[in-house]
Amino acid sequence: MDAFLNTFFNFEIMAQALPLLLKGAFMTLKLCSVVILCGLIGGLGLALAALSPNKLLKWVSVVWIDFFRAFPPLVLLVFVYSGLPFAGIKMSPFMAVVVAFFLNNSAYFAEVFRAGIKSIPRGQSEAARATGLSTAQAMFHVILPQAVRNVLPDLLSNTVEVVKLTSLASVVSLSELLYSANMARSVTYNASPLVLAAGLYLLVLWPLVRVTSRYQRGLAVN
Amino acid sequence: MRFLETFFNTQVIANYLPDLIDAMGVTLGLAVTTIIAGVLGGALLACLRVAGIRWVNFFIIVFANMMRALPPLVLILILYFGMPSLGINLSGWMVIYLVLSAVLIAFAEEIFWGGLTAVPAGQWEAGRATGLSRAQTLFYIAFPQAARMGIPPLVNRTLATTKLTALGSVIGVKEILSVSSSAQSFSGSATPLTMAAIAYLVIFVPAVIASHRIERHYQYAT
Repeated sequence: MDAFLNTFFNFEIMAQALPLLLKGAFMTLKLCSVVILCGLIGGLGLALAALSPNKLLKWVSVVWIDFFRAFPPLVLLVFVYSGLPFAGIKMSPFMAVVVAFFLNNSAYFAEVFRAGIKSIPRGQSEAARATGLSTAQAMFHVILPQAVRNVLPDLLSNTVEVVKLTSLASVVSLSELLYSANMARSVTYNASPLVLAAGLYLLVLWPLVRVTSRYQRGLAVN
Repeated sequence: MRFLETFFNTQVIANYLPDLIDAMGVTLGLAVTTIIAGVLGGALLACLRVAGIRWVNFFIIVFANMMRALPPLVLILILYFGMPSLGINLSGWMVIYLVLSAVLIAFAEEIFWGGLTAVPAGQWEAGRATGLSRAQTLFYIAFPQAARMGIPPLVNRTLATTKLTALGSVIGVKEILSVSSSAQSFSGSATPLTMAAIAYLVIFVPAVIASHRIERHYQYAT
């Protein structure tokens, strides 16, 4: 028991590591806000393209979505970070993470938006068009607000996934929360900083996860 | 032309193809064992939760929320670097297997449980009225319906979890990403990364397409 506590819950080491970890947490926060925003905007664009009447646009975006959903995000990240420099495209770790996760997340968000838009009956857009709104106005003022409300739980759980995903940035040595914790671990030869990082992740994500499962159950009962 | 030589160098492909095929075997093996443990474990926990024993349910809920809220890479690092201090040496393969299974168990449990709560109470009452025991009603009447409802989200989650096998590269499991990463640094060519990308597409594009089929099939069935 002592050995266990000493390895995973050594408070002295945790206290030492805390400033470094908070710095990392700040970087994680910065990364999350950029990546989530890009993913939402890209996903909406892709979803609209996938549902557009233009055959070519539709086909390209559907293939694009499936292609990037099939790639493990870490593989995408490694490819962008260490593969693209061979083609003369060199990026900072932060930029590489943003680009790789944009490709991955926008595909996932696109699937969610697409499901949402498809859940709205045709009559809604016909009625909107009949009152004189343009196609774009009908989409943004009538369809999308309802669609987003319908898929809010999925959007939320996808966002949780994105936050968890940012921990992969540690692999390309971006000094976010997990990277800082692992750094502290290798200096102290003790796993407590990693447990502290886990605690910080839980602090933010546990409430969100609880909300998503309540949503799921609520929907199921209806 | 230079592009082809950088990303599709035939000499490099010939050199590393056998290693990569072995690595695909490791990735697939890890994926299959994880899926088996995850789906069975999740079903078991969901059924156990039906029994309504308070302290058991408390542990199931805490476990499920924690595994869904924590980034898997954090768990992987904690197990891989923490356990040896307790005298327990786990191989990288074992660590990935344990963590991914635990994550999939947690998600599968929530999905099955969501399905079980959605089975109308009348089904239970009818089962009991025909003389089935509670356990029989669960196994023959409630669970099959819950499982059916849970299939689309379960397929998606299974795909997402098996893609995480790429995290094995962080702790030296010889799966596709780690083999191709080290081949890339040995050969000084980006070709092994292209090979890895193709290997993942070979495995996951059929899986993504199948998941669409399954989703459509079960959407209208319920």
